[in-house]
Amino acid sequence: MADRGPAGEMPVAADEPSLGERIVGTAMGDRIYVVAITGFALCVPLLLALILAEVAMAGWPALREFGFGFLTSSEWDPVRERFGAASAIFGTIVTSIIALVIATPLALGVAVFLSDYAPRWLRQPVAFFVDLLAAIPSVVYGLWGIFVLIPLLRAHVIPFIRETLHLGAVPLFSGPSYGNSIFAAGLILAIMVLPYISSVSREVLLAVPRSQREAALALGATRWEMVQKTVLPFARSGIIGGIILGLGRALGETMAVTMLVGNRHEISASLLAPGYTMASLIANEFTEASGAMHLSALMGVAFVLLVLTLVVNGIARWLVWRVGRHAGGRGA
Amino acid sequence: MIRPRGSGPTGRQRAVAARTAKTILRRRVVNGLMTGVVAIAALLTTLPLVFILFHLIRAGASSFSIDFFTQMPKPVGEPGAGMANAIVGTLILIAVACGIGLPIGIGAGLYLADYGRTRLANTVRFLADVLNGLPSIVLGVFAWQFLVRPLGHFSALAGGVALAAMMIPMVTRTTEEMVRLVPTALREAALALGYSRARTALAVVLRTATAGIVTGVLVAVARIAGETAPLLFTAFGNHFWSTRLDQPIAALPLQIFYYATSPYDEWHRLAWAGSLVLIAVVFIISVAARYATRSRTGGSHGD
Repeated sequence: MADRGPAGEMPVAADEPSLGERIVGTAMGDRIYVVAITGFALCVPLLLALILAEVAMAGWPALREFGFGFLTSSEWDPVRERFGAASAIFGTIVTSIIALVIATPLALGVAVFLSDYAPRWLRQPVAFFVDLLAAIPSVVYGLWGIFVLIPLLRAHVIPFIRETLHLGAVPLFSGPSYGNSIFAAGLILAIMVLPYISSVSREVLLAVPRSQREAALALGATRWEMVQKTVLPFARSGIIGGIILGLGRALGETMAVTMLVGNRHEISASLLAPGYTMASLIANEFTEASGAMHLSALMGVAFVLLVLTLVVNGIARWLVWRVGRHAGGRGA
Repeated sequence: MIRPRGSGPTGRQRAVAARTAKTILRRRVVNGLMTGVVAIAALLTTLPLVFILFHLIRAGASSFSIDFFTQMPKPVGEPGAGMANAIVGTLILIAVACGIGLPIGIGAGLYLADYGRTRLANTVRFLADVLNGLPSIVLGVFAWQFLVRPLGHFSALAGGVALAAMMIPMVTRTTEEMVRLVPTALREAALALGYSRARTALAVVLRTATAGIVTGVLVAVARIAGETAPLLFTAFGNHFWSTRLDQPIAALPLQIFYYATSPYDEWHRLAWAGSLVLIAVVFIISVAARYATRSRTGGSHGD
């Protein structure tokens, strides 16, 4: 190079920093880096706090006005500005329970199948299939529910329950039915939360030490006895965590439920009657809220839903985390 | 009493043997039954997916055409309606969500990997999981209160913020996991060569983990791409062509929702076609992401 300096000296451009400056620059760079990633990390708690604060403040007028009655009254009258969310809370809880009752045995079955029964070549594809259920957008479930599930319920399932099983007189299945109902919403929710329960359960089951299984088999247990008496008890709290995680999903699921639940403000003993859930109530009425109090009431519903899911998820995470700790830091 | 060799078992012994044989038979039968039950559960679980895909393809494919991608929504009765604006709208919303969510998510993930056991890191990790579990409709309500109400109109930006809030915890956790997979030796080598901490993290660690992080981001994008609830009162939807961030914008899932709940057969067909497109995109991303992770971490799952 033409401008090479005296022997052995590296070429140094006039504006290039000296070693000392570079070290200082490095220290500065490191400090900026640490401050930046700490800042980004702090965004997470800040975001959560902001969400809580915004929703709570917006819902406060309604919560203050109606007090405890907001949770216990089922009167929802935008014209007279009387708001009680009991019917939506009732619908949310009942649809979620239906979903869990249907989904839990199936999800556990799949999880056990994948951890202890399936031949090796079948495990990956089945697990993948189940996981894909979680990838289907909610609105697509809703569409399928409207055009496939509801007609199926109306044409076959409801007549079967009422006439073939003679359960039409039981309050649980009585009354007029148009298809869109608490039951339909619970059914679609069952399909939607299944992959969450099964994937957590599968992980927890896989975290059960091999030695436990081998010990049971060595004692002469059949495969099912091994699963029933060794594997499942070991994984119990993690599985419960998975179920509660599924509950958290079911409580807040919006679109599919909005499209299937029927959207009526009433508490009915019949599962085949239309109802409302908190999420679908917000989705339906928010953009058409008629006044400040109506809007605030919807925000109040959002706040109740928020707190409910926070509590449910907190419990679930704690349970899953506990299994991970007992299994020696694996899984969870 | 010593019995002579070769004589048969006593009656008592025979009774015990018979009882044992019965017990073993019962246990075998129960075992066989439960194998069947578990296998049927697995079969039943895969059925809904098969049904949904079957109906989607049957109803979606028949109402599928090139117009769907190139034309605007039209009033009922006019032929050749499409969802061009909704497709572009969804892409814009995803871009906005990534623009906000990626730096925060990846930065927070780097922090969690670096300061894994500190109290703040544990808190952030727990809260990220909590945030991940929040109902998406609540995020929509939040974005409305935070951006739409003060500004006085629905906007693509508000929709993007709601989606970003969904994305941040997902990206944070994958980044953390992927950065943890980078061997410590690599990090030490870079530091020993005199790289600064920042440069080590960005040029060596982050770069090594890029494939994994991209996979995680893809999974997050696949999830927010199909979200409707957070957009209902933020992006709101738009029947016209709009790419402006401060205006309401159309989105594929929103459009599917409006069409599905409308009374017109023609719009129902469009909803099916839209769902098919949406699900194709989501599945392709999911499969690609899964394939990418498996080829890299394959075999590390000990049974």
